[in-house]
Amino acid sequence: MGGYGDVQLLRDDGLRLDGRKVDEMREVKVEAGVLPAADGSAWVKHGLNVAVCAVYGPMEAHPRKIQRQDRAVIDVRYNMAPFSTSDRIRPGFNRRSREISKVTAEALESVVLVERYPRSKIRVEIEILAAEAGTRCVGITAAAVALADAGIPMRDLIVGVASGKIEDTVVLDLDKAEDNYGQADLPMGILPTTGEIAFLQMDGDLSVEEYNTCMEYNMKAAKEIHELMVDALKRRYVEKNGGEA
Amino acid sequence: MSGATKGAELRLVTPGEAIGASSGVRAGTGTLIVGDNIIATKVGWVNNKNGVTSVDPIHSAYMPRSGDLVIGVIESVRNNLWFADVNGPFNGLLPMSLAPWKVEFGAARQQMDIGDIMLARVQEVDEAHNIVLTMKGVGLRRLKEGIMSEISMNHISRLRGDGDSTLRQLKEVSDCRIIVAENGRVWVDGDSDGISFMRTVLELVRNDGHMATFNASLEALIEERRNA
Repeated sequence: MGGYGDVQLLRDDGLRLDGRKVDEMREVKVEAGVLPAADGSAWVKHGLNVAVCAVYGPMEAHPRKIQRQDRAVIDVRYNMAPFSTSDRIRPGFNRRSREISKVTAEALESVVLVERYPRSKIRVEIEILAAEAGTRCVGITAAAVALADAGIPMRDLIVGVASGKIEDTVVLDLDKAEDNYGQADLPMGILPTTGEIAFLQMDGDLSVEEYNTCMEYNMKAAKEIHELMVDALKRRYVEKNGGEA
Repeated sequence: MSGATKGAELRLVTPGEAIGASSGVRAGTGTLIVGDNIIATKVGWVNNKNGVTSVDPIHSAYMPRSGDLVIGVIESVRNNLWFADVNGPFNGLLPMSLAPWKVEFGAARQQMDIGDIMLARVQEVDEAHNIVLTMKGVGLRRLKEGIMSEISMNHISRLRGDGDSTLRQLKEVSDCRIIVAENGRVWVDGDSDGISFMRTVLELVRNDGHMATFNASLEALIEERRNA
């Protein structure tokens, strides 16, 4: 069944190594408007993952060859800080960050009303400060909050969540050991209000039943994270407004 | 928070949040009709007025509209036109024909160079967001003195007050000439004491513009200045 058979990821009592149930998410915290220099920004802590996202624009798209006459382009730069993992990462773009930047941009383009800003560019900078599996999902969540904070019109917020399979058991929100030694990983970008999927990748094999369980777990987690995102956006302004709202 | 929501129940919404049924009402700015519902597309306060449901965004970028008074900073100069940063997604274009001077072809820099600041009006914005500016009009000119500062687009109405009442008070107590442009830029000119007072006011707008206590804080500042 793939994975590493000799690594025990589920305890004898059925819980996972960090004590979570199979359908339990790591703790998530969201803050909006953390960077004063950006037009919009967000900070998301998901388990031990920490991501900061800054949004700039809409601005004139440069170089001109990337301009689209009928819509804006979303320029995402996903980057992991050299100190984000136990082994130092060489700074700068690599194959992995390029791929994640591309899929994140495509996911965001499906929620942002890009047709409102022809020929423009919206710059989204995602910086992973600490990584513990699932950073692309944390990046998407942070980007959605930062875009909303920047006042960019969107159809919905998009939430990044993942579930997968370890020891032939479907679990929600894989941590580092489960991601490294598990059998499958299914990260998704979900529009929580409508339940649409804007982004989906699958690493490993899942049966139809297992896939459906993953979907169910992801949808449930997306709704929980969505509430935290909405709360972060509202809290910022209600506090600023002296609690008037 | 706009004046339109005063007195009514304030409701803060986020993108994707259903505001209400779409039947019988029109979807205004910051909203979208999805199925039978009107949903918000921005973070902001719901505003129901004259059968139109809209969202007054808390934060938004400046989108130029024809007729807007703007303060621009010259970014580049060609032989017979200028490009100015107007705090929007695209630079505004000021052709020689809409400038107040008659200059020779190739001598545009003699009137306005890169970094110069000007007061202009948006002549035209097309669907591709090309912005044409004009400096032909009363009071439109190059701003050679004073200071320029920026505030959030959504705080402009708070700085101006109802019917420009706050702005008039500020002009009176600071003894400065003040221009609040539609693109969130503010120009102030006067003696150094007045400018210093206005810097404090603009700092207050930037930091506390959203607060319910903003008007009281501003009145206290004005009163303090009057009594000084």
